[in-house]
Amino acid sequence: MISDSSMPYSAPTLAPGADDDQLLHVSLGPQHPSTHGVFRMNVVLDGETVVSLKPVFGYLHRNHEKIAEGVTYLSSMPYTDRLDYICPLSNNWAYAHAVEKLAGIEVPERAEYMRVILAELTRLINHTAFMGFILGDMGAWGSALMYAFRERELILDLFEDLTGARMMANFMRFGGCRNDLPAGWAEKCSVLVDDYGPFLDEMEKFLVGNEILLARCQDVGQLPKETLINGGITGPMLRAAGVNYDIRKAEPYGIYERFSFRIPLGDKGDCYDRIMIRFLEMRESLKILRQALDQLPEGEYVNPKAKIRGFKPPVGEAYARIEGPKGELGFHLISDGTVNPYRYRVRPPSFINLTLLEDMCLGLDLADVVIILGSIDIVLGEVDR
Amino acid sequence: MKTGKPTRWVLPGLGLFQGLAVTGKNMVQSFYKKERMTTVQYPEERAPISPNFRNFPFLVYDKDPKAGLRCTACSICEKECPPQCIYIVLDRDENGKSLKRPKVFDIDLSVCMNCGICSEVCPFDSIYMDGEYELSTDDRFGGLLFGLDRLSKSAEYHMKLRPEQASEVMARRKADEEKKAAAAAAKLAKAKADAEAKKAEAEAKAAEGKGEDA
Amino acid sequence: MNLFAAISTEPALWSPEWLPRLPQRLVEMLLGFLGAPEWLVSIAGFLVAAGTVVGVFLGGFALLSLIERKTLARIQNRIGPNRAGWFGILQPVADGIKMLTKEDIVPAKAEKFLHLLAPILIVVPAILALGVIPYGREWTPVSLELGLLFFFAVGSLTELSVFIAGWASGSKFPMLGAMRAISQMVSYELPLIISALGVVMVSGTLSLPLIVEQQGGFHLGFIPAWNLFTPWGFFAGILFFICSIAEANRCPFDLPEGESEIVAGHMTEYSGFKYALFFMGEYLGLFAISALGITLFLGGWQAPLPGLGFLPSWIWFFGKLAIVIFMFLWIRGTYPRVRIDQLMRFAWLCMIPMALLTLPAAGIWTILNRDGHGFLAWAITVPLLLIPCVIVTVIFNRRLASANRTYRFAE
Repeated sequence: MISDSSMPYSAPTLAPGADDDQLLHVSLGPQHPSTHGVFRMNVVLDGETVVSLKPVFGYLHRNHEKIAEGVTYLSSMPYTDRLDYICPLSNNWAYAHAVEKLAGIEVPERAEYMRVILAELTRLINHTAFMGFILGDMGAWGSALMYAFRERELILDLFEDLTGARMMANFMRFGGCRNDLPAGWAEKCSVLVDDYGPFLDEMEKFLVGNEILLARCQDVGQLPKETLINGGITGPMLRAAGVNYDIRKAEPYGIYERFSFRIPLGDKGDCYDRIMIRFLEMRESLKILRQALDQLPEGEYVNPKAKIRGFKPPVGEAYARIEGPKGELGFHLISDGTVNPYRYRVRPPSFINLTLLEDMCLGLDLADVVIILGSIDIVLGEVDR
Repeated sequence: MKTGKPTRWVLPGLGLFQGLAVTGKNMVQSFYKKERMTTVQYPEERAPISPNFRNFPFLVYDKDPKAGLRCTACSICEKECPPQCIYIVLDRDENGKSLKRPKVFDIDLSVCMNCGICSEVCPFDSIYMDGEYELSTDDRFGGLLFGLDRLSKSAEYHMKLRPEQASEVMARRKADEEKKAAAAAAKLAKAKADAEAKKAEAEAKAAEGKGEDA
Repeated sequence: MNLFAAISTEPALWSPEWLPRLPQRLVEMLLGFLGAPEWLVSIAGFLVAAGTVVGVFLGGFALLSLIERKTLARIQNRIGPNRAGWFGILQPVADGIKMLTKEDIVPAKAEKFLHLLAPILIVVPAILALGVIPYGREWTPVSLELGLLFFFAVGSLTELSVFIAGWASGSKFPMLGAMRAISQMVSYELPLIISALGVVMVSGTLSLPLIVEQQGGFHLGFIPAWNLFTPWGFFAGILFFICSIAEANRCPFDLPEGESEIVAGHMTEYSGFKYALFFMGEYLGLFAISALGITLFLGGWQAPLPGLGFLPSWIWFFGKLAIVIFMFLWIRGTYPRVRIDQLMRFAWLCMIPMALLTLPAAGIWTILNRDGHGFLAWAITVPLLLIPCVIVTVIFNRRLASANRTYRFAE
């Protein structure tokens, strides 16, 4: 067990003196129950200790970027829903943000508030579902997952009221949102925000003090800060290791400067810290939501000058990023002045966070691999695109 | 294994008992607290569907299913549709002149991703999103391809499905129609006036000619 | 050698105590009436008695598979199976039909014969072990004098069959599961047997019916004289319960199955009815180990309060069984799984030393109580057993203190 952070993060692929005949080559996935989708790891085991681990992905490749280059700017919006299908509205925002930057479209005040509310609700959804998934990976028989999904369902109902779809929202437009909040939506949302605290308390009681969870997650999957920074890791995984990097603070977009909230930072960066950071982030999200709902102004929900049909941004290039629930989510667009983007590129947080998987797993148990993979919080729709 | 100096002494396994308490509470409350339950018993009991729920497009017609179809086969939705699941053929008369209505309008349910962009870009208020969600079929070729006959729904259906949106559309269309009618009337009046003026002119000319002749 | 202890009393024919033995008696009477030789009568009687137990517990298996799903569903705020029959009562039948009609797949690399043998071998010891349990005052299917020994001897066959299953599948996940199963079961067999030994020391017999009979009566008129309500028995009972979770491969010690890690462990390559047999073996094993725990510590078929003896004794037994099994289910619905090294460390560094400590405690308790020093027995055994509890509490709290984290917040 790696318990000391001074230990080299990259052990040799085969332990010295290990005889290859004694090693077990196991293909975990793509139809393994806890690889979070169609993901595969070629693992070499010495007993149950991981000697080498090679991630294999691409089973869910859907040609997202190339399709986007062949269709209009607006037509890519529903495809972004399907990147990280747990949190479609953050993806929508990131893409809309990039196009707005490219075409220089102003976003009205009310739309900005709506976007913040939706993005923070999405963060709640993602982290709540994460709690269920990680417990499932640890072998708890679905109880946490069911509790988490019950609460997630309430938020999805709100999304359905607003966007017409529970998951595939397709809601953000260049210069605002597709439609205004329906009557009574904001009140329903603030009731949900008030009720979410007790649920988090119950979840925390259920999980955080659990000695089995402590034993399983603490000192598992640590990496030094420098490695994480060099690897381009972002999001809760990076903050769990104590690096203060949150795009909402580092490069504020939208109207995030107007809200007071804090960024929770961990210390060790093991799986337990990753779980706890997400817990604390949910509580901060609730704070943002409360403020945003209180301040929500009246006005336009979409910039009236923004075009829907025949939208052609000027020739140029833009990269925009937001703090998605899983990390930095960026869209890079190059426009040649036609209705289609010339180049469309996604910077997916799950994919880049996954790159250090082998370094985290070497020398640990097979059972730890599953937890580490769960604590990275990947969605294969985003990894493979 | 690292150890530290405890600040608070607890019973070993306290967290485990807390976990048992939480699940026990959930189990007991699941018998009498409805909001605890995660599931509904689907065919008998349905989760409420939001009035904004969108699933699959339909075409609106006024009064007559064939002649009253609002669609003009302009193909904007066909072009904007992200997964390219719409197929439209323009109806033409025997001279090859456009009749401004679709001869074929197919949407492939198995390809459609219910995004609603077609209804957003339509300039003729013709295509809207339906809330019907029980569309499964055992015929995976014919059953999933929706033609004009299955896509066309009356304006009353739209009104029932989304009263707010439909009444807004209706009001706008009525206003447009009135405007159009007014414009047409004005045009007609102008044409009449023009014709009269022409006639008068011709008469005058004729009279002049006569005069000249005479 | 009198291997079969004689059935002591003959209750009246109309007593409800008799109900479970009625088929056996009827067959014996019928054969006797027809003038069959005595050996045939006794063999037929044994067969019918065995059939009763198998029938009861196969019915119990079917019921438990439904109850488990229902309970877990309620813990997770769902309803559980409710489509097949009234409240899903026919769900086990539907499951059985499905399992029987599914294709039986044998992997190409499997050892065909052993692959077939393993699921059978896992059911047989569980049923054999169930044969020696006293279910009621008059209902011990096979009343062996060495019942406890027989139980453990037969019960350890389960490990073998799990290993056969893992090895014979010719695949990697089953192999990993089999390795885990062997190490886990061997480690937990030790504290399990040691914690049961205390009971043997106190009661001075290996015969399970006698152990139950010795737990009859009440202290102070209302506390049942079960082994659980003595200091050493309480201690040993908790250890026995934890070990039996591990022996029955239940959560949080379900590593051999380890669904999220090694797919389904030794059952990965099984399908159809063989797979169902593994489940049957597992549930019957669960019944057997719970039944043994009840016999040893919870007074078997003895009523929990005085004045309740008018109910047939086997009702008390099955009531206790239901409560113990509910505990298993509740725990399964709550906890995540431990890791293999933690599991082994827990067995060897915690369970076995503590189980060993119950032996002197039980010895002191027996000697002092035999000599009539009841108060002294409490005064010595309670501190003796408190020592490890204090040590465990200190170690636990020191570890917990290092596990506590504080988090910084950046503005």
